[in-house]
Amino acid sequence: MNGTLRWRPAPLIANPWLRWGLYGGVALYLVLAFASLQVNWARLAEGLVRGGAFAAAFAHPDFTSRAAEISEGIIESLTMTVVATVLGVVLAVPVGIGAARNLAPLPIYAFCRTLIALSRTFPEIIVAILLVKMFGFGPLAGMFTLAFATIGFMAKLLAEDLEDIDEAQVEAVRASGAGRAQILVYAVQPQVMARFVGLSIYRLDINFRESAVIGIVGAGGIGATLNTSFDRYEFDTTAAILLLIIGIVMAAEYGSGIIRKRLQ
Amino acid sequence: MPITSISDGRMGWQRRTGRARLVNWFGWLVGVLFVVQCWDIMNAETIWDFVWDAPEQAGDLLGRMWPPRWSVLDRLWAPLWDTINMATLGTMLGIMLGAPVAFLAARTTTPSMAVARPIALLIIVSSRSINALIWAMLLVTILGPGVLAGIIAIALRSIGFIGKLLYEALEETDAAQIEAITATGATRGQRLIFGFLPQIMPVFAGISVYRWDINIRESTVLGLVGAGGIGLQLNASVSRLAWPEVTVMFAAILVTVIVSEFVSAKVRAAIT
Repeated sequence: MNGTLRWRPAPLIANPWLRWGLYGGVALYLVLAFASLQVNWARLAEGLVRGGAFAAAFAHPDFTSRAAEISEGIIESLTMTVVATVLGVVLAVPVGIGAARNLAPLPIYAFCRTLIALSRTFPEIIVAILLVKMFGFGPLAGMFTLAFATIGFMAKLLAEDLEDIDEAQVEAVRASGAGRAQILVYAVQPQVMARFVGLSIYRLDINFRESAVIGIVGAGGIGATLNTSFDRYEFDTTAAILLLIIGIVMAAEYGSGIIRKRLQ
Repeated sequence: MPITSISDGRMGWQRRTGRARLVNWFGWLVGVLFVVQCWDIMNAETIWDFVWDAPEQAGDLLGRMWPPRWSVLDRLWAPLWDTINMATLGTMLGIMLGAPVAFLAARTTTPSMAVARPIALLIIVSSRSINALIWAMLLVTILGPGVLAGIIAIALRSIGFIGKLLYEALEETDAAQIEAITATGATRGQRLIFGFLPQIMPVFAGISVYRWDINIRESTVLGLVGAGGIGLQLNASVSRLAWPEVTVMFAAILVTVIVSEFVSAKVRAAIT
């Protein structure tokens, strides 16, 4: 303005070429992305009314008229979650140990890491499609889906913890003449146990949330009931189911928070 | 708890006292019974004949899935572009909506502890407890099938994730820097821009990229409920039992997810 210099904060990306190149790239991408976006405005306007009806449904959720289906779905989801988490966590222990480079020989390490990568890459619902085809409709297929996903999640985190353990303790126990199994139990396990239990409880939360969707492809749980209620435009029932899911997740998160705090 | 106890006349070391061992054993018993009970309830309606022939079914399925019909790939480029757009635009929208929520939720920046903070926390919890697929079902019902429903579904799911991690970062900011900015006579807005923003920027960028990579993974399946992208093609092929096409789509999803994870890991490593 009148010749005085004003202070300006330093830009996030120092190199001007990179900065402007990045801005240009983002702008170009946005133009292309929006150009390929087809929006049916008439349908959208119609949808807003329906959206209003749906929002209104949350004010008077209908728990009663489909009470039997809802309670069956919720019980299926909960039992599925418990069994899947326990099975997944139990199986994740050997896989996790196998995937820790400091404890497992190379071929086992490679096998376990591949298993983990496969389990983590595919979304649960895709695994559910395949398992429903194999085991038939129902919560058993869903349980195996969740257990498979749990293995990948828990084994990866367990392997990382195992690779970070304090070697001095292992050496001390080995010096007392302990065998391989005794080293695992007395030197390794105490170092990773607290976090492992905490993560298992966290995974229980995730599994419940996932159990609410894999029902869409026939793998049991509340998802099927939810899907039906959407198809029938029974928004009051939908609202009731969603409120139940939110309530259970909140309760589980609160409970697991307390347990994890006590473990530390 | 190193406890010495007597076993067959000699002293021996044991991890727990007799009483603690009993409690421990009882806890395991209750736990196991509970899980068995859950298993029973869960399998009340399971048809075991279908379960026992699972290995056969798996073999049959693999036989049908192989060899993959690669020619279907030509039809997949447009849905893949849609999938990536859903994830990217959805993440952007999620950031735009989630960042203000985080500022309302953090103890350090919230305008009111009594009103704004509980509401913001409620928004975060609701968004986090409901899977993107459920959001998509809801939006497909409301807005009709299409990419737009997918974008909004991804955005709604991302609000909670971004909001939660960001507000935790905001609560861990260094108070001394904020105080220094305040001491220069900065207004509320200036305090946010020059005090808080620079401190959380790296975390913020990291969270956004991380969420983008999760969103790519989730948007590949949103089409199963009608929200566009490659999932729509997958659903069509699965319901037509065109398993050789399904194999190609699985491969496409696998590659997309792995590439996005790689990009996200590289970017995050460069930022932090």
